[in-house]
Amino acid sequence: MIFSPLDLASLSVLLFLLQVLLAPLFRKNERAMVHICFSLAAAASLLAVAAGIWTVENGTTEKAILVLGLPDLPFHLRLDPLSGFFLTTIGLLAFYVSVYSIGYVRGFIGQRPVMRLVIFYSFFIAGMLMVVLADDALFFLISWEFMAAASYFLVMYEDEKAENKRAAFLYLVIAHIGAVAILLSFGVMAGLATDFKDFSGYTFDAMRASQFPVEWATAAFFLSFFGFAAKAGIVPLHVWLPEAHPVAPSNISALMSGVMLKTAIYGIIRVTLDIIKVFPWWWGAVVLVFGLVSAVMGVLYALMQHDLKRLLAYHSVENIGIILIGIGLSMVFMSFQMPLIAALALTAGVYHTMNHAMFKGLLFMGAGAVLHATHERNMEEMGGLIHKMPWTAALFLIGCVSISALPPFNGFVSEWLTFQAFLLSPSLPAPILKLLMPIGAAILALTGALAAACFVKAFGVTFLGRWRGHHKPTIQEVNWPMRIGMMMAAATCLLLGILPTLFIGWMDTIPVQLVGSTISASAGTYGWLWLTPVAPERASYSGIIVFLGILAVVAAAYIMLHVKPGAIRRGHVWDCGFEKLTERMQYNATSFSMPIRRIFGYLFNIKEQVDLAQQSAHSAFPKRLNYYLKVRDRAWGWLYKPIAEASFWLSRKVGMLQQGRIQTYLIYSFITIILLLVFVI
Amino acid sequence: MDIQTTAQIINFLAAMVLLTAFGMLVQRRIYGLIHLFAWQGLFLSVSTAIVGYAAGRHHLYISSVLTLALKVILLPYILNALIHKLKIRKEIETVVNVPLTMLIGIALVIFSYSLTAPVREMSTLVTRSILAIALATVMIGLLMMITRRHAVTQIIGFLAMENGLFFAATSATYGMPLVVELGVAIDVLIAAFIFGIFFFHINTTFDSLDVEQMARLKEGE
Repeated sequence: MIFSPLDLASLSVLLFLLQVLLAPLFRKNERAMVHICFSLAAAASLLAVAAGIWTVENGTTEKAILVLGLPDLPFHLRLDPLSGFFLTTIGLLAFYVSVYSIGYVRGFIGQRPVMRLVIFYSFFIAGMLMVVLADDALFFLISWEFMAAASYFLVMYEDEKAENKRAAFLYLVIAHIGAVAILLSFGVMAGLATDFKDFSGYTFDAMRASQFPVEWATAAFFLSFFGFAAKAGIVPLHVWLPEAHPVAPSNISALMSGVMLKTAIYGIIRVTLDIIKVFPWWWGAVVLVFGLVSAVMGVLYALMQHDLKRLLAYHSVENIGIILIGIGLSMVFMSFQMPLIAALALTAGVYHTMNHAMFKGLLFMGAGAVLHATHERNMEEMGGLIHKMPWTAALFLIGCVSISALPPFNGFVSEWLTFQAFLLSPSLPAPILKLLMPIGAAILALTGALAAACFVKAFGVTFLGRWRGHHKPTIQEVNWPMRIGMMMAAATCLLLGILPTLFIGWMDTIPVQLVGSTISASAGTYGWLWLTPVAPERASYSGIIVFLGILAVVAAAYIMLHVKPGAIRRGHVWDCGFEKLTERMQYNATSFSMPIRRIFGYLFNIKEQVDLAQQSAHSAFPKRLNYYLKVRDRAWGWLYKPIAEASFWLSRKVGMLQQGRIQTYLIYSFITIILLLVFVI
Repeated sequence: MDIQTTAQIINFLAAMVLLTAFGMLVQRRIYGLIHLFAWQGLFLSVSTAIVGYAAGRHHLYISSVLTLALKVILLPYILNALIHKLKIRKEIETVVNVPLTMLIGIALVIFSYSLTAPVREMSTLVTRSILAIALATVMIGLLMMITRRHAVTQIIGFLAMENGLFFAATSATYGMPLVVELGVAIDVLIAAFIFGIFFFHINTTFDSLDVEQMARLKEGE
């Protein structure tokens, strides 16, 4: 064999990096630049997918040492099933989004220079691929920062708006605080691996080989968990997500939300299950609790949003929470030496990682299509788009069904697997966990229900009803590359939903590598048609049968409505005798979420105000009524504001040292010298 | 010339260096200050040559000639020219009054002597007693930078500090390797040039060389 998977993956990274040379060649012809560069990006993504699928299928581990790097500290690469899986996820979504971008980025031509979008887009994907390929702390952090910097410039792409600059700055600050924590974590592990004697402990291999004392391991774990949580957007470090995702171009939002957050998940799995390996059970419980809080808070905040992309961004918080639940459960079971259930929970978490990448990518691409067609992000100004954009509406609906965890699509499978892992928790020996688990399962169920409600709102308000906006733009369906990109993602959602057994069989090498057990034997007891995790008599699910059943019902309904003439009548909306009904009076996003806002009101920072403007003769007959509603994240007031104020206070105090007089500064050094001389000698 | 005489001569020169340092603290006229600085350079140069002769280190002669050229002739000339060109007022403005500065200077000398006492007991060099004086010269130079308001006097303070360092180097170790000394000499020269350029710009920006003016550069309240 001439090529190994690692060669393919490296070639893919190189192709992405080479775009920086290619793109400037077409400076004169931006249309050609968009077509050629994004086609090349799509091809390079496929290479990464091929390398990933191949590695996971065979369960091989391949290593390489690059000639690059610092003197005596070369970069190490490694492609094992875990990185292969993330390589596949990143590559697959990057492929769909690259195809989509051919159509989407065309919309920017003539408005703003597209070259930096093309170049940073490629750098961004290359950075993510390098993160999952890195096998030493140095290269990992360099790739991590490369990825963060590239995405910062992408968030800043439309840099004339103050909102975008603010969002990008917030993103950069939180990304860097996280990166510092990860750096410290690796520093602790690398130092302990060699007893702080030399620098050779910086490779992950050296860290794997050493046994860490439990207190140091705990420090390293929590530092890295904090750092990765900042990237993944785990509550309460999620505040940058709903700011940065909406302002980035939609293809970038799709990638950031779909796969960039997953690199943090990769980091958490890598550090805990691969490098530290042995840990107390309460680590898993902490991860689990953060996952549960993120899941439920993410979806509740999502419900309050009326900006389509902000809503999706909050849903990323929710889904990261669900993934973390799977990983946390896996860690708990692992520390109690129950590898089979740990494998189930890990499979659920990793499966959801892939699923979320697909449907969130699809939804952001759909939101981008809506934005592209209407130039509007506010759902309250939209409506009735299903008539103008039937393709986008149908594909967005598939995304909505998937993310709401409804069969036969993929979201259902992974959340169902997570529930199965929860249901096996009574076998755990720790009583506190026995209490936590049912609560956790209930919260997960609540999350699923709220997510479904949220997407009823998102789809219903955006695509159903009639146009609510003040001005009526001419809206047309988006171009073919965008549609094809979304269609492929939708098809993947369906395939992952109806063929879970094949997929679990394929990714079986990951639990084997990390927790030393597998569920594919029991999951495929009845062949590929039925998914039976743990045991067939306990639970089983067949995506295909459910899919065919749903198809049959839909077909029957369609036939019943369309065969008989006159079954469908079109008429005017009944106006209750009011006569002056306008489109503005439709049920909208704010009114839809009002009951939930009342129930969970204490979780939000709500400012609500009703003004009776233009008073007429009697207060019972106002001419005009203004309603203001502002829902803010509690995290701002509870966590970020005190920190910001404390740091300002501290800087002011330290700033008093700065007198602006040279003599004062000289006195500082003079006194320092004298004191040092007195005390040191 | 026996070793006793040499030690006597070197100690005398060291006393002269310290005296000029105090002289600079007292001096209220800028030309006088430059003259004193030149004198200090001359004493330094002679003492370096004598140490070189007594210890048989001939590269110290080169250091001595360099010191003579730079600190006695070139730098005072540049400073004179600068003062003439920028039409600087001839009086020196101090932050702390002169008697108090003198008292602090004396305290610094005593401090230096007590600090270097262990070194003086252990060393066998001819020049061991100079170390305390060299340290005192460095500190007095720094004190001068702190207590003077004018940028030109501050640079003279800086150069006096450098003299003290050089003096310490010859006294404690019979001089640093020649390469290092050449480097330091060139550094000082270049620093003087850069200071000159800065003075020019400070003068055009603030219409004065009073460093108090630079407090305006501080970030806003």
